[in-house]
Amino acid sequence: MGILPVLIGWPVLMAAVVPFIKSVRTRSIAVYMGSGGVMALAAAFLAAWLLGGAPVTVFYKETEILNHCMLGAELFLMGLIVYLSIKHRKYPVILLSVGQTALLFWSEFTHPAAPAEHMKVDSLSMLMCVIVAFVGGFICIYAVGYMKAYHQHHTEYKDRSGFFFSMLFLFLGAMLGLVLSENLIWMYFFWEITSVISFLLIGYTRTEEAVHNSFRALWMNLLGGLGFAIAIAVAASTLGSAQLGDVVKAGSVIPIAMLALAGLTKSAQLPFSSWLLGAMVAPTPSSALLHSATMVKAGIYLLIRLAPALAGTITGTMVSLIGGFTFIAASAMAIAQNDGKKVLAFSTVSNLGLIVACAGIGAQETIWAGVLLMIFHAVSKSMLFQAVGSVENSLGSRDIEDMHGLLLRMPKLTYIIGIGIAGMYLAPFGMLISKWAALRAFVDAGNFLLVLFLAYGSAMTMLYWTKWLSKLVSMHHTKATVKDITRKDQYLSMFVHSACMLLLCLLFPAVETLVANPIIYELFGSANEVLSMSVVTTMTIMLVSVLFVPVTMFLVTRSAHRVYVPIYMSGANEGDNTYFVDSYGEPRHLYLSNWYLRFQFGMRRLMLPAEILSAGVLLVMLCMIIGGAI
Amino acid sequence: MIQTISVVAYLLLAPFLGAFLDGLDRILSARMQGRKGPPFLQPFYDIGKLFSKQMLAVNNAQLFLNLCYLIFLAVAGCMLFAGADILMCLFILSTADMFLIMAASSDSSPYATMGAGREMIQMMAYEPLTLLLAVGFYLATGSFQVTDIIHMPQSAVILLPGILLGFFFITAIKLRKSPFDLSTSHHAHQEMVKGLTTEMAGPTLAIMNIAEYYEIVLMLGIVALFFVNENWWSWPLAIAVCLILYFLEILWDNVSARVKWKTLLSSCWIVTLLAGGLNILILMLVR
Repeated sequence: MGILPVLIGWPVLMAAVVPFIKSVRTRSIAVYMGSGGVMALAAAFLAAWLLGGAPVTVFYKETEILNHCMLGAELFLMGLIVYLSIKHRKYPVILLSVGQTALLFWSEFTHPAAPAEHMKVDSLSMLMCVIVAFVGGFICIYAVGYMKAYHQHHTEYKDRSGFFFSMLFLFLGAMLGLVLSENLIWMYFFWEITSVISFLLIGYTRTEEAVHNSFRALWMNLLGGLGFAIAIAVAASTLGSAQLGDVVKAGSVIPIAMLALAGLTKSAQLPFSSWLLGAMVAPTPSSALLHSATMVKAGIYLLIRLAPALAGTITGTMVSLIGGFTFIAASAMAIAQNDGKKVLAFSTVSNLGLIVACAGIGAQETIWAGVLLMIFHAVSKSMLFQAVGSVENSLGSRDIEDMHGLLLRMPKLTYIIGIGIAGMYLAPFGMLISKWAALRAFVDAGNFLLVLFLAYGSAMTMLYWTKWLSKLVSMHHTKATVKDITRKDQYLSMFVHSACMLLLCLLFPAVETLVANPIIYELFGSANEVLSMSVVTTMTIMLVSVLFVPVTMFLVTRSAHRVYVPIYMSGANEGDNTYFVDSYGEPRHLYLSNWYLRFQFGMRRLMLPAEILSAGVLLVMLCMIIGGAI
Repeated sequence: MIQTISVVAYLLLAPFLGAFLDGLDRILSARMQGRKGPPFLQPFYDIGKLFSKQMLAVNNAQLFLNLCYLIFLAVAGCMLFAGADILMCLFILSTADMFLIMAASSDSSPYATMGAGREMIQMMAYEPLTLLLAVGFYLATGSFQVTDIIHMPQSAVILLPGILLGFFFITAIKLRKSPFDLSTSHHAHQEMVKGLTTEMAGPTLAIMNIAEYYEIVLMLGIVALFFVNENWWSWPLAIAVCLILYFLEILWDNVSARVKWKTLLSSCWIVTLLAGGLNILILMLVR
């Protein structure tokens, strides 16, 4: 395990070096090397761990000096937040930041926890490492090409690409540290770093909106951080330990509730969803990173770790209710969005809601489903963001309405988006199988509300993805040509993602036995068979049909002789399927729009009530939990 | 063995059965409207004529997507008749419908696009009940497997009357019956022209019709699932109920006018919640 410090240290080193490289060319090479290095190191780490028999290992017991360094770094982070808050006159943020840091210091000095191992490697953290290193690494590679095009388009923003790449790498380093930490104080340290970096990334363009959104992200995540700090203080004073494993084993109510609160803020559950939705003002690679491999996954990771202690408790009920409600509310709001990135953002929030609901139930089957949902979500959301970002760079718009007939204009990117969307909701991609398992587990857990949320939420999910897909496949010929300016490195990343998505789908049973089951086994000490043989057979049939039917049909129909005729347009077709004669006898351009049902499902209509309702539920249940514990 | 026979039987006979039912439907509808109606075998003549026509198309994707629709409906039906997982079968059914929507959208024509949009709303309207239906069977019999469901000592409908009621409601959508026939119509002189199928002609349209016949049989198969149990007499009972239900759908079709999408969505969701949701809640509570 000697490789571990290198694994975390390498991206941090890159983060320190990259901003000082002035030449764009050299910097690009440095970023490729950095990402390649993270992936190679993660692969080596994985290989070493697998060759050692995939054991659960804990290490780093004596870390006196490192602990002091971390406290120093935490003071620095606090100082940074205070400075920026004063600069932008967002004073309440200071209270949150100073409050939690003070709480942590107080706890550290009055209730020093017994020395214990600070880091732990097991299947779940290994899975997270692989997701962070590979999905995150490819996003960095994608970012090289993207940022060049971005600054050619947006000359109004100052080019701070060096800083941007530095933050991406630091993010990867912090995430790797977070998922490998067993000690809560260490985890908190990395947790705070991710909060601050996401704040800096969101504010990248320094426009008023960006600053506003970045501070919203900051205060919400600091609120979670405060919960984290309270959890540490309470655990240290009552249990005498600041180990996550000990807290989960002891099932101590207040720390678990507070950690769950932190997890909910980080994974952007209602009422804290608005920070993630606001995060898309930043350049696309940072959205891809926040939504897929890092940040929100940190919240999910923590909740999955807590899951055994959540099962059957009131905290668990709270978490699953919030998650289920977020799933249905975010799906509903996604219907009314025509901005591609916003649809993706809402869909992230809603999918995370489903995973959170699974974690809150805390049964083996739900965690199984949650882990698989997380894997599929990471890959498909990352590629979707990248593809939409590339479309935006070429097309100058990310509006889904402008993607009418994209299949004819940018076929490669359209196929990538198509695979990503299929991965999000179509049979038999893993998402759907996991939903199937989640539905069964919700029924078994007797949670009626979650069953309803899932039933209605899935229907809405279906609508917003289908209408996007249908927009893409419209065979609409326009005269306006578009030049695909997507660079090779961007395509490399997206192709790898698509291949990965298809492989995950093909190898689903293997992913399930080799990845999900060991995690369940380590978390619960036993593992039931979630997928029975008959289901695997059914899935195989589905897989074969979904992958091969369209291909065969395509080949069969390709050679069919057809006579092409113009479409019916009510007014006379001008002959090009694009113009028709209107009632004044003038040619008029055809414009077709999707349904958005804004008055029924619009964010303006639903967001505030959803936030108020979920905040109410959260507050009341937290009061019940804490009151009950005291 | 029995599974293979029933799958093969479904694949071969379902289009014929669907066409017979359609012929019956046309005669019954005509009689309800005081007309004589077409001959019983008219659907076969129609399909034959469509296949004999020239292959007109507006693009090269439509035929392919329509064929996918047909095959996926057949696969969904096979899963039901092979006794596989009902939830997976319903997932495939939605996937099939998605291909039809793609086929209509690929035309990029005003009326087909409108029909596709309405079809999506319809999908959203019926989807919750299909999931609750699977949950209901799981609660009533302890399994999602159709083989287990049909070997219960008593019919599932005893525990699932609300779900059956809800299913009757959404079957009207799936069979494209009034008041929920928003996405396509039988006659091209209505407000949406022919909706989804506006740009489909000749063999392409025939494929779509055959797919619809598969769908009718699949839907009635699910209705039968409510009634079939381990006793032999449950089979004729199930068939009788299917016919009655089909008759009721025709009746409903003829006595009601098309509604707007808002009415469709809210009524379907409310019925799903009240009939399906309450049914599930009670089952969960007594379990």
